Amino acid sequence: MLRYLLNKVALLIPTLVGITICAFAFVRLLPGDPILAMAGEHGVTPARYEELKQQFGYNLPIWEQYARYVGEVATGDFGVSISSKRPVFEEFKTLFPATLELSFFAMIFAMVIGIPAGIFAAVKRGSWFDQSLMGTALVGYSMPIFWWGLLLIIFFSGYLGWTPVSGRIGLQFFLRPITGFMTIDSLIYGKWDAFRSALSHLVLPAIVLGTIPLAVIARQTRSAMLEVLGEDYVRTARAKGLSSARVIGVHALRNALIPVVTTIGLQVGTLLAGAILTETIFAWPGVGKWMVDSIFKRDYVVVQSGLLLIALIVMAVNLIVDVLYAVINPRIRAA
Amino acid sequence: MSQSTEIAPMAAGSPDRLTGLKTFWHYFSVNRGAVIGLFVFILLVLAALFAPLLAPYAPDVQDKTAFLRPPAWQDGGSTQYLLGTDPVGRDILSRLLYGARFSLLIGAVVVTLALTGGITLGLLAGYFRGWVDVAIMRVMDLILAFPSLLLALVLVTILGPGLFNAMLAISLVLQPHFARLVRAAVMAEKSREYVVAAKVAGAGHLRLMLATILPNCLAPLIVQGTLSFSNAILEAAALGFLGLGAQPPTPEWGTMLASAREFILRAWWVVTFPGLAILVTVLAINLIGDGLRDALDPKLRRS
Repeated sequence: MLRYLLNKVALLIPTLVGITICAFAFVRLLPGDPILAMAGEHGVTPARYEELKQQFGYNLPIWEQYARYVGEVATGDFGVSISSKRPVFEEFKTLFPATLELSFFAMIFAMVIGIPAGIFAAVKRGSWFDQSLMGTALVGYSMPIFWWGLLLIIFFSGYLGWTPVSGRIGLQFFLRPITGFMTIDSLIYGKWDAFRSALSHLVLPAIVLGTIPLAVIARQTRSAMLEVLGEDYVRTARAKGLSSARVIGVHALRNALIPVVTTIGLQVGTLLAGAILTETIFAWPGVGKWMVDSIFKRDYVVVQSGLLLIALIVMAVNLIVDVLYAVINPRIRAA
Repeated sequence: MSQSTEIAPMAAGSPDRLTGLKTFWHYFSVNRGAVIGLFVFILLVLAALFAPLLAPYAPDVQDKTAFLRPPAWQDGGSTQYLLGTDPVGRDILSRLLYGARFSLLIGAVVVTLALTGGITLGLLAGYFRGWVDVAIMRVMDLILAFPSLLLALVLVTILGPGLFNAMLAISLVLQPHFARLVRAAVMAEKSREYVVAAKVAGAGHLRLMLATILPNCLAPLIVQGTLSFSNAILEAAALGFLGLGAQPPTPEWGTMLASAREFILRAWWVVTFPGLAILVTVLAINLIGDGLRDALDPKLRRS
């Protein structure tokens, strides 16, 4: 197992180097002078320009610049935001829990509906439920989620008036973050009205972000389940006289879930890409909106480090999924 | 893209080209959804081609007496503007019809670029192996390490916003999927006897790669190409929505949504119809993709 883990980590090294090269190259590929680009719309005086050139090391050869950049990143120095003047990593740390909370609930939504629906569709293969579920899943999979979000706002916020249009929590509440999850923090403080406010802000964005993963998970669960239901050991279990529920829920499901777990892990990239759109629509103060806003503010230090940090997170999650996969499926480890 | 040209190389192995086509259609038409998808897609192509004839107005004509006019069937609407007007008094139906041109163009250009790049790189990697393979595939892995929309966003930031740059960025993001597919297929085919035979007969590298091996890797590529077509439309619309794709007043559907956003609670139609157009297009193409997979993947075929 340890060997498997080390092997996986070793394989990531070229990707890791590549990611830092990409982030490093980003600022230098921007049209025009990198320092002027980083200075944004305000511009700089010639004296300040020279000072910045020294400070960022643009007078050094490109290899030394890269080495310097990697050194900074490795020590946790991700630069200072041009627009807010705060360290980028500080901003990231305050915004990331919001994205995490949103993604977490989106995934819960997708799994709680997607897995049972997929199982049921497989068991009732060819029924009207199966057909309509697969039809709906394909619609969900084809959904432009930015439009889906707007539709939900029109209906639930505009027409019914049930949910707020934007933000994470009502403006009257101020909670000093403990976990960074508004829903959990409000419970820790014991403020029920704050909890309800946080939850009502969370519902629509979580549904929007969870829609595509839901469709993917339902389809994947169905096909994995269909495959497993045809196996000999399932027939044996049935022949032994076990109840249908036990055969499906224990014998079949445990094996069917293996590919589903992988699928769920692979959705992390989709979630983070979706978060860019979802957070923009709902003004959710997370990392995705931060990136888009920074592109428009020409705050390229943020874009550069955000790109790096997000890629690192996706990479780490993929590694965890690989390892989990090996834990639940011994065949992989041996290979 | 007509189905017949797509499938022709597949049929090359069978004795008669027509029989191959018939078999293909047989398997494709079993899937009712795929046939519906194909039908809708043909309608879209026709709408795009004949937009100037079908559209009641030019896409950028403003009627200063009719801002945010609701669709014909709602109070205050008139048959003058069937699907209503947008905040600056342009006919939404006309803009949607012209918008079909952009979406189909985006899909076609992106798939062509991604396919060309992916096939070239995948062939090189799978055929030569060694350091060529390692170098190419490491770069592909790297591209796949970023969430696709994020990478596209960053690329557009570098290239500058606009429809063409958005298409370039999306092609680059989608291209590794093709490279991986081609590489895997080439590696599987390379040691087959017919390839060895062609090699012994004196075929050069280029001929082996393009004429001998490639036609036998086409099935998965066609399926992936269809999926990428719909993905490209979605991503381009997302970029347009974020303000980094096609720029107003281009009647691109995502861009139309972006400029309609602030009116969502007042005028549901300005938001609903462009999004519906995106959904229907993407859904139709995905349905075709499912049908193609059933028809082209021999493993799933029950003969």
